[in-house]
Amino acid sequence: MKRAGFANPWLPVLLLLPQLTIICLFFYWPAWQAVRSSFFLEDPFGFGETFVGLQNYTRLLDSTQYMKNAWFTLWFSAVVTALSLGIALLLAVKADSVLRGARTYRTLLMWVYAVAPPVAGFIALIVFNQRWGPLTEFFAQFGWEIRIRLEYFDTAFAMIVASVWKQVPVNFIFFLSGLQSIPPAVREAAMIDNRSAVSRFWTVTFPLLAPTGFFLLIINITYSLFDTFGMIDTILRNNPGDQPVTLVYQVYLDGFRGQDIGGSSAQSVVLMVLVLALTVFQFRLVERRIHYT
Amino acid sequence: MKNILFTTAIASFGLVAGAAQAQTEITWWHGMGGHLGDVVNKIAEGFNESQDAYSITPVFKGSYEETLTGAIAAFRAGEQPNIVQVFDAGAATVIGARGATIAVQDLLESSGAGFDIEAYIPGVRYFYADSDGKMIGMPFNSSSPVLYYNADALAEAGVTPPATYEEFEQIAPALREAGYTPLVQTHLPWEFVENFHSRHNLPFATNDNGYAGAEGTEILINSPEMAMHFTKVKEWLDAGLFGFHGTSWDDNKAHFLDGSAAMYIGSSGDFGGLEAMDLPFEWASTFLPYWEAITEEGYQSFIGGAALFAMSGHSDEENAASAAFFEYLTSPEVQYMWHRETGYVPITSAAYELAREDGHYDRFPAAETGIKQLMLRSGENTAGYRMGFYVQIRDVQNRELSRFLNGETSIEDALATIESEGNELLDRFARTATN
Repeated sequence: MKRAGFANPWLPVLLLLPQLTIICLFFYWPAWQAVRSSFFLEDPFGFGETFVGLQNYTRLLDSTQYMKNAWFTLWFSAVVTALSLGIALLLAVKADSVLRGARTYRTLLMWVYAVAPPVAGFIALIVFNQRWGPLTEFFAQFGWEIRIRLEYFDTAFAMIVASVWKQVPVNFIFFLSGLQSIPPAVREAAMIDNRSAVSRFWTVTFPLLAPTGFFLLIINITYSLFDTFGMIDTILRNNPGDQPVTLVYQVYLDGFRGQDIGGSSAQSVVLMVLVLALTVFQFRLVERRIHYT
Repeated sequence: MKNILFTTAIASFGLVAGAAQAQTEITWWHGMGGHLGDVVNKIAEGFNESQDAYSITPVFKGSYEETLTGAIAAFRAGEQPNIVQVFDAGAATVIGARGATIAVQDLLESSGAGFDIEAYIPGVRYFYADSDGKMIGMPFNSSSPVLYYNADALAEAGVTPPATYEEFEQIAPALREAGYTPLVQTHLPWEFVENFHSRHNLPFATNDNGYAGAEGTEILINSPEMAMHFTKVKEWLDAGLFGFHGTSWDDNKAHFLDGSAAMYIGSSGDFGGLEAMDLPFEWASTFLPYWEAITEEGYQSFIGGAALFAMSGHSDEENAASAAFFEYLTSPEVQYMWHRETGYVPITSAAYELAREDGHYDRFPAAETGIKQLMLRSGENTAGYRMGFYVQIRDVQNRELSRFLNGETSIEDALATIESEGNELLDRFARTATN
């Protein structure tokens, strides 16, 4: 076999240059700036800065509020990811077996995907309105008086409902195509061997869906950590009070709104490390154990 | 013939271009959307039509925060606007960065327009001033917290609007019996903390309320007076004499609008919106209550809202244009127009006189409440406050006071937490500045 290659060793570098420039300019340089700023206290106008070492980090650890927000973020991400994946999988399995009107049914499930996060937040504000929200009235029948933006748990509940509602369609699309790519022969063979549909699902279908599932797991964790920002911003209206705040939103509150560049840079670095850990987890653990066919 | 026309066209084009070039153009970044933005544009148009030498272009940059952040980013890139609107809680950031702005007082004095601090109404004079009393930012949209009441509800309960919180305690049960939530507020830090200090002339921060410099400034919120006030508020809340619906402005105000709350503390500028809503009940406004137990007679309140700052780094011609604009902006006619159209208070005594002579307050008595409150007696602690990272400190106040009202913490712990977190933020801010 002939080995493909470039005659001039500089040609591939030249071809890669535009991409490398973009990555350096828009990813590495800002990331480096954030790391650098996190060790300083800086006047926002750029007149001066004071080196403070790790103080911007240690104060995060000392802050009960930051730790509370960190725990909320973890808890929120876990719940949103689990519910989004679970509900989407259930819907996909059911949609897969629908024969009549399948296309309409699928379209109806997917349209929510087009809703922008702030709009999702706005819809949550409407349906959970303290006084006349339809869902507030619904839950009131069971004796649960939802008071969004007043009660911590109620606000968190509204955020989770909005996030899950918004994310289920994406997962649904992936799960459905995953299901449809399972060869009919495998299913038919399984049907002969095992009469129980539930057992067939867990022993045959679910493992075959694993590559899709793990891919979606990573996507959903990133979604709940970062992409829920617009929705949370709409619900909190720039005014967090004692309501739940995710770590990304806290970066915005301190940096963008409060002009605390050093403090918010340190928080961004914490998030960068978190994303890095997630990436390592994805490549080291997940990718090795999942077999893509 | 064609040729002549062509030449004339070229010539006239050249004339127009020449005139345009001779004009000094300046930009004004602001955070006033909707109707307020329309009035801002009207002011700019008025200025451009009033003279030929200068032209101002207002640019809407989003919320207050977005406007400030945009201006800071632009400053670092050397592309800053001539004039930027900065909100009250962000003022310390801009004023603390010496060299970012030119004091409007210097600007007006050096341009020959002159500056007389006495021309401004007392309540707005020193809020955006430095420690020497020099005006750095020009108060633009200024308002004050006042008490609005549903006159029908008060008549039904057979009570009169309270001047003090002691009077409120006396009339509140009657309002509750009549089926109303007697009182709601709309902004805990602004109405129950900041203006609580000015109405009672209590120090809000060390270093002369922070004006003497960022270094060593500490917030004085953990006081017996604050503890007393919030303990009372919590008692009212538990007894059904007060409603609390979260830290958002609208969630609380909605209870007054639908007639379920008899009184609410809101912005003096709210009256225009209330007029436009055509509410099914009679309403009026009066001063923000105070505690007679703390002071026999109330002091003036602070202003809220935003100010206009002239940013540095521009040519003398452009600075002269900015000065001319500030002169135009503070003229009685423009101030009265702004006051009439938006409900914000006029910042000069002359504009207030003009509004009074024109009969504005006979038509809209509620329009006068805020300005009258700003003209009440002053004390050593009523000029304003200057604290860095105050946006975050307000967040801490909102968080801890909400937790207290929701019964999750004691008032002692809440105030101690605000004090310690606030002081940590103030100390951090002092170390960011190079002053």
